[in-house]
Amino acid sequence: MALLQISEPGMSAAPHQHKLAIGIDLGTTNSLVATVRSGLSHALNDEHGHALLPSVVHYLEHGAVEVGFNAQKQQNIDPHNTIVSVKRFMGRGLKDIDVSQLPYRFTEAGGMVQIETCAGIKSPVEISSEILKTLKTRAELALGGELVGAVITVPAYFDDAQRQATKDAARLAGINVLRLLNEPTAAAVAYGLDNASQGVYVIYDLGGGTFDVSILKLSKGVFEVLATNGDSALGGDDFDHRIFCWILETAKLSPRKAHDTRLLLSKAREAKEWLTEHSEANISCLLSDGEFVNLILSSDKFIALTANLVQKTLSPTRKAMRDAGLSIEDINGVVMVGGATRMPQVRKTIEEYFKQTPLTNLDPDKVVALGAAIQANVLAGNKSDEDLLLLDVIPLSLGLETYGGLTEKVIHRNSTLPVARAQEFTTYKDGQTAMSIHVVQGERELVSDCRSLARFELRGIPSMVAGAARIRVTFTVDADGLLSVSARETSTNVEAHIAVKPSYGLSEDEITNILKASFNCAEADKKARMLAEARVAAGAILEAVTVALATDSALISVAEKQAIEAEMQRLALIKESQDDDAIHKGIEALNHATEAFAAARMNASVSRALAGKNLEDINL
Amino acid sequence: MSSNLHLNYFELFGLSPKFNLELATLESNFRKIQSESHPDRFVTASPTEKLQSMQLATLANEAYQTLKNPANRAKYLLELQGIEAIAETNTAMPLDFLMQQMEWREALEDATSAKDISALENLLREMQQEAKLLQTELGLLLDQDLLLNKNTDYTSATDATRKLIFIDKVYADINKAIEQLEATL
Repeated sequence: MALLQISEPGMSAAPHQHKLAIGIDLGTTNSLVATVRSGLSHALNDEHGHALLPSVVHYLEHGAVEVGFNAQKQQNIDPHNTIVSVKRFMGRGLKDIDVSQLPYRFTEAGGMVQIETCAGIKSPVEISSEILKTLKTRAELALGGELVGAVITVPAYFDDAQRQATKDAARLAGINVLRLLNEPTAAAVAYGLDNASQGVYVIYDLGGGTFDVSILKLSKGVFEVLATNGDSALGGDDFDHRIFCWILETAKLSPRKAHDTRLLLSKAREAKEWLTEHSEANISCLLSDGEFVNLILSSDKFIALTANLVQKTLSPTRKAMRDAGLSIEDINGVVMVGGATRMPQVRKTIEEYFKQTPLTNLDPDKVVALGAAIQANVLAGNKSDEDLLLLDVIPLSLGLETYGGLTEKVIHRNSTLPVARAQEFTTYKDGQTAMSIHVVQGERELVSDCRSLARFELRGIPSMVAGAARIRVTFTVDADGLLSVSARETSTNVEAHIAVKPSYGLSEDEITNILKASFNCAEADKKARMLAEARVAAGAILEAVTVALATDSALISVAEKQAIEAEMQRLALIKESQDDDAIHKGIEALNHATEAFAAARMNASVSRALAGKNLEDINL
Repeated sequence: MSSNLHLNYFELFGLSPKFNLELATLESNFRKIQSESHPDRFVTASPTEKLQSMQLATLANEAYQTLKNPANRAKYLLELQGIEAIAETNTAMPLDFLMQQMEWREALEDATSAKDISALENLLREMQQEAKLLQTELGLLLDQDLLLNKNTDYTSATDATRKLIFIDKVYADINKAIEQLEATL
């Protein structure tokens, strides 16, 4: 039987065709997109030659949106509708944010803050998706084709809510997320492959709004994260804010309106950047009430103003070192990432703490995107010279609420991903058929001090005497660091129905609604989107199975192979129909037909690996 | 289905079930298995393959964490013999160890209230030495008997394992105390 020829736009089955994949650094202050071309990772520039895209989104009355430099120009003019540092709001509620110094009109919905703009109420997910869309378009223009997908970076210390929000933003932007990748790990990839390093490295990543520290062990292309820690609300923005407060105090200014606040914050930021290479900065501007501000900030003063911010990064650093069970002497190198690490006082503090000069030879603004692009290239299936494997960890423990509002940890921080853990529960009343389970994330003892992730209602528990039912709840955290939960009553083997009430995250319907609202599209478009997605999924599985059969069909009998090929032919036919349900059923059927084959392939590859042969030796 | 998922942790890594493991071999075999099974290798694969990759990678992580840590490794070796080292019905501890436990707990409390981080660090070192002694003992109990074809003294091995598990707990509590003290500095 001839193998089927399947070709999706950008997903051709031709084995040697280079697949277009990108890495996106969705930063607090700036965002970037990079890709691997001719074996090297490059940042992609806009039409004016800029690699950095300011993470600023400006909404206009008639519904138009500006992103980047044009939006940045609006931040002093139209502060209410110009959203900067939206990353700080991702997956965050009103109680998490100090709204007093921000020029936005906040509301809250679904546990996440929303911002009222002249174009309507916008969630941080929607605002971030505008930035992602801009980068996606840039990449498609530069690469001249449709993208297979993207690796999007997140701070290592992002919790489940923040990760989910990032993934939702990418889906809204029409991006297939190959993987969420932790920023310090991405930086390590860019450094590690450049320098062909071995040993234990610390990645110190101080960005615009987040701080991460990760400790990685590098050996033969495997990047194993030993521990990670951080502060998802500490970054360069806070240094600007210290200068801003100093201006208000020194110039004896009363609290300001939004325009002046934004203007003074911009001036503060300019002063901070100037002080990286100069001993004093001049801050002068004209406020809206005609008052003129003219001050000199010395670098000594600046260092004094921000000393405890720098110190604040050392506590997570010490925790990560302790979790990894390492001391300073064990560290082979310290890598500085993030624009805020340009500040001399930050470099000096880290140099003193680790007793060695930190590595700064790659551009701290670009290194994360460059690493993400390398990983995207590998995940998309493009053969590279380097064999690369990233073993990352969960940054914060997952736990359950137990009696008295206390947390019981189910999965500990720094567990290598993917990880799964099952916990047994029982009923405390006769005939009880439902129970509620509250999942939280964080290190604190009290549930109220941790982040609430979800409340699950387990229903359909068979009626029994108290304590007789055995409900086994399994928590799984995937390679993106995202949690999912399943439950089963084990004494009768009944699958309990789980009504998930997520505290955050978008449902499929919500995604569709937002897309509809933004594109003004009709019901028919929803159907068209479902069909297009089903076809892409069918194309992907057909391609995967084609490749698998071409390399490993010796592992199964002729009859098994024919059964699989029959399902492939069936699916290839259905795929051209207009019926997305039927396509999904066809995918399911093919999936089912390949179970034994997939298991045989996995066994064979693991046995080969343990026998000391690498895949490349076997010459597929 | 996938027979790898039904192997015990030692079999999974192609190692013989011993307490004194060659950690370098464990680590390198763990990496080999992850190189073949990690979800990153199956991003464009079929859903079935993705699921199997997820299951095997999860098992490999769990197995690696268990075998890497001496207390968990001893506990797991006993489990393979059908012995639950920390079953609810199995709580008795030798009196001298109970006394030792109380001393450690007291030392932890004293150092914490005195905010004495260096005393806590000394305590950590003391626990490490104690753990080393227990590990040597466990090696003799669990491995030597195997070689000499004697009957393993599982009662002593269980005792030593429980002591080691307890030491791990105190060790974690001391680290937590240091962390909290550093946060208040």
